[in-house]
Amino acid sequence: MARACTLIIALLCLSGCNAQQSTLSVFGADARDIRHIAIVLTVGAVVILAITTMLYIRAVRAPEHSLDHHQGMRMILWVGAIGPTLILTALLLYALPAMRPRPASAADLVIRVEGEQFWWRVAYRPPSEATPLLSANEIRLPVGRTVLFELGATDVIHSFWIPGLAGKMDMIPGRTNRLVVKAEKPGRYRGVCAEFCGLSHALMAFDVIAMEPAAFDTWMADARAIGPIPAVATPGRALFDAQGCGACHGVRGTPHAGTIGPDLSRFGERRTLGAGILPPTIDNIATFIRAPQASKPGVRMPAYPQLSQEEARAIAHYLKGMR
Amino acid sequence: MKDRRPHWSERLKVTLWTLIVPPTIWAGHFLFSYLWAAVSCAKAGAFATFPTLFVVGTVLALILIALSGWIAWNQGRIPGASPPHEDATDIDRQRFLAKSTLLLACLSFVGVLFTSLPVIFLRDCL
Repeated sequence: MARACTLIIALLCLSGCNAQQSTLSVFGADARDIRHIAIVLTVGAVVILAITTMLYIRAVRAPEHSLDHHQGMRMILWVGAIGPTLILTALLLYALPAMRPRPASAADLVIRVEGEQFWWRVAYRPPSEATPLLSANEIRLPVGRTVLFELGATDVIHSFWIPGLAGKMDMIPGRTNRLVVKAEKPGRYRGVCAEFCGLSHALMAFDVIAMEPAAFDTWMADARAIGPIPAVATPGRALFDAQGCGACHGVRGTPHAGTIGPDLSRFGERRTLGAGILPPTIDNIATFIRAPQASKPGVRMPAYPQLSQEEARAIAHYLKGMR
Repeated sequence: MKDRRPHWSERLKVTLWTLIVPPTIWAGHFLFSYLWAAVSCAKAGAFATFPTLFVVGTVLALILIALSGWIAWNQGRIPGASPPHEDATDIDRQRFLAKSTLLLACLSFVGVLFTSLPVIFLRDCL
């Protein structure tokens, strides 16, 4: 029975394994250092545990007075004081360099990310461009290039964490924290909020897409080059305009320039809906529009119960068409 | 038996007050380090290239801790009965206090070193 329980717990733990959001599945230089430290510490802890267990068993089994007072004191001095001090000093010297921030220059891409209840405001600021490129709940990174994150918050403290890329960094209202990273492997990953920030803290995630530099440059140029979107009268667009969605949501190429909620430009290429929580299917988007609280408690977006599911689906089609 | 004039470090009396000297220096150094880093970051935006004040403070703390440890070491070696020193006599009390001071001095010495090592490795105000 006990064995079966252990097995079930072990299997449940294994269900946490994934390649998108894991400190063990790394795609950045800093996360690689952190994983190395974690492995060294774990192996070291197991070795120390084995040695102390062995000493303990020997001590219990040894006949009385097999060590005299002087020998006993010497053993305490070496195994209990000098040994641990040397080990801790070595670990400190080994781990400290990993805390040294990566150097960044003015020629590096700056991505400003602001945490808000419960989504991520993203602004890309390449060194050569004056105006930032706005986005939300998705971060794209060029592999092999240094990227500087400027992290802030507008309401409460959040924490920015892409486990496969680097360590966590707090996002504090009124303050800008810097995190310099370098992605090393292209792929699709996931980041999360790592500081409790309210009802939907656990539902505040984002997609991370590490791209080859050339592909990233092309994506960035395309995103910037969006011209005015022809005002084709689709039911979805008409509803989007009529319901006042643009008061909060900005869409490049349209008159909508709201900045209260997430920017919806090129929404069609996003991989998730509602800050990393739902697949962006037409039905999910429609349901989210009509009752955001249902899938995201505490969300600031008002519900639109007056829309029928069909009308909400029409808006979803309009949003999905923006690429 | 020939009388020996006690060394000055043996003439000092170890008390509960001298016992807390090393950890107090450690605490002072800890506070000083945080203040120094905070002031450096706030005023200069970065740690000074060569943090003279920090080095002087650290070396001073280490010297004072080593000195109190050395005094305690000398006091703990005052001749007397063999161990364990657990009787309610002046000499045993003194040996006990001296040994405790010595151990605290060792801990505080390592503590001060561990506090100052990050400055050598991290020269940033993150």
